[in-house]
Amino acid sequence: MDWQALSVSIRLGVGTLVVLLPVGLAAGHVLATRRFRGRAIAEALVAVPLLLPPTVLGYYLLTSFGARSPFGAAFEHLVGHTLAFSFPGLLVASVIANIPFVVQPIQRGFEAIPPGVREAAACCGLTPWRRFLRIDLPLAWPAVVTAAILAFAHTLGEFGVVLMVGGNIPGETRTMSIAIYDRMQAFDDRAAGLMAAVLLTVAVAALATTTALSRRIGRRHG
Amino acid sequence: MDERTLAVAIHQATPVPIDVTFTCRPGEVLGLYGPSGSGKTTILRTIAGLHMPAHGRVSVGDDVWLDAGTGLVRATHRRRVGFVFQDYALFPHLTAIEHVRIALDPLPARDRDGRVAHLLAAVQLADKGRRRPAELSGGERQRVAIARALARDPAVLLLDEPFSAVDRVVRRRVQDLLATIQQSLDVPVVLVTHDVDDIVRFASHLLVLDRGRALACGPVREVTTRADLAWAGEGAGAGAVIDARVTDVDHARGLATLAFEGGLFVAPAATLSAGCRVRVRVPARDVILATDVPAGLSLHNVLPATVTAVTPDAARRQASVQLAVGGERLLAEITGDAVDRLSVQPGRRLYALIKSVSLQVRPLT
Repeated sequence: MDWQALSVSIRLGVGTLVVLLPVGLAAGHVLATRRFRGRAIAEALVAVPLLLPPTVLGYYLLTSFGARSPFGAAFEHLVGHTLAFSFPGLLVASVIANIPFVVQPIQRGFEAIPPGVREAAACCGLTPWRRFLRIDLPLAWPAVVTAAILAFAHTLGEFGVVLMVGGNIPGETRTMSIAIYDRMQAFDDRAAGLMAAVLLTVAVAALATTTALSRRIGRRHG
Repeated sequence: MDERTLAVAIHQATPVPIDVTFTCRPGEVLGLYGPSGSGKTTILRTIAGLHMPAHGRVSVGDDVWLDAGTGLVRATHRRRVGFVFQDYALFPHLTAIEHVRIALDPLPARDRDGRVAHLLAAVQLADKGRRRPAELSGGERQRVAIARALARDPAVLLLDEPFSAVDRVVRRRVQDLLATIQQSLDVPVVLVTHDVDDIVRFASHLLVLDRGRALACGPVREVTTRADLAWAGEGAGAGAVIDARVTDVDHARGLATLAFEGGLFVAPAATLSAGCRVRVRVPARDVILATDVPAGLSLHNVLPATVTAVTPDAARRQASVQLAVGGERLLAEITGDAVDRLSVQPGRRLYALIKSVSLQVRPLT
């Protein structure tokens, strides 16, 4: 059992959520409630990581992390080391790979609120920010929790992008999925099996939690 | 003009063509009446800032909410409107108390609780404050929507078909409740409806809309007695609406006497009591014209009348006849043949005959 890998995976999952949830809430709300030019393109862009093979996504990220790209060069200049094959680079990759898993459920959650409810809130004198906090967020709460759990579980399981961008550096970029692959390559079936069981448990627990939560909130709201 | 008068002008070609200008003074209830698709709801939404017309101006006294000419648009949450939506649009996650409180948030917490209790009591929901919409009946939800709309002390109250989604008994109760509240409110009230009953019961003024244009606008009794308007044609039919007072109730005979500016009506006593103010709707189809006072009839109401206008329909099969009865007007719908036989023309003196049971009498609170 590679505890270090578990720690990297959890840090990556939590870090992804910390960065992506606020972005997902904002983007999901805009996509659900506003009509603007280029909305269809924005929605398509959000969905791209869903369809792109992880290795292709990894390839492009790795290229843009390199010292020859402006983004990579800027990061290296500021931080002192390259993004590629580092935890921060892994985090950037994970955030991008998880955009659809966070934005889409949140967008659907906001879309499920009848527009009249939001208009009624405006007629009650609520500012846009207070409408978001008092009306939109409480009503879309199950969708937000679902998005968070989906993204977390997906981060734990991500393999292709992580291998491409992060490589397999213990304590830095070796996540659970990579460690399982690593142990299998070394014919260490016991360690691989144990870690696989841990990930399986996490996945089942995540699904059970989302189901129970959405049912409970559904009952409360009738 | 009162400094709190609502003034509205809207001109747009799309999405629904609208071309209207009107005002509504505090204490007035302006009914926007017309078939669906005539732009009623869009007008209401424009006042609230939920719709932006191509050209238009909305103001309450000196306070300008919208002036498309100068590009001035005040956001909905900064307009002091109370809006009762057709489907109520309640907040599923909030209790009745929270519905009212959320609209009161600018107030200090101390004053808030008292006001919440007062408003819920006003809509008779004091004992159901802790329930969410899913735990309330249709009529109760409607009253939560009303309390919420009143909470922020609106400068204008907007009602979008507020009675359409509940059954007849509840409808009558909420109409009474809203009429009581309206009298103490003293702000302009705009009511969208396609039901004549709402107009008779509730509106003081009437704007008849057809495909976004105002066919007529004015006090209810003037608009409902115009012979050139087939405005209520598709619903309950045309008919004059007249304000009257119950002068006498004869319980033995089961009849009430109602005094209006043109004379007396006799109507079924029902639940009427002497001294109470009523609105009487006289359906034009139920008014019979006669050249003499006939003898041996069962009906009670024989009113001397003078013809003031005759408007035949396109095929000349039927005609709308406007009659002056004292200071009031009545409408009668008769056949083209009757127009010829009785030589009905402006200035002609006739008698209007109306069965007492044909009179639709609504007590005013």
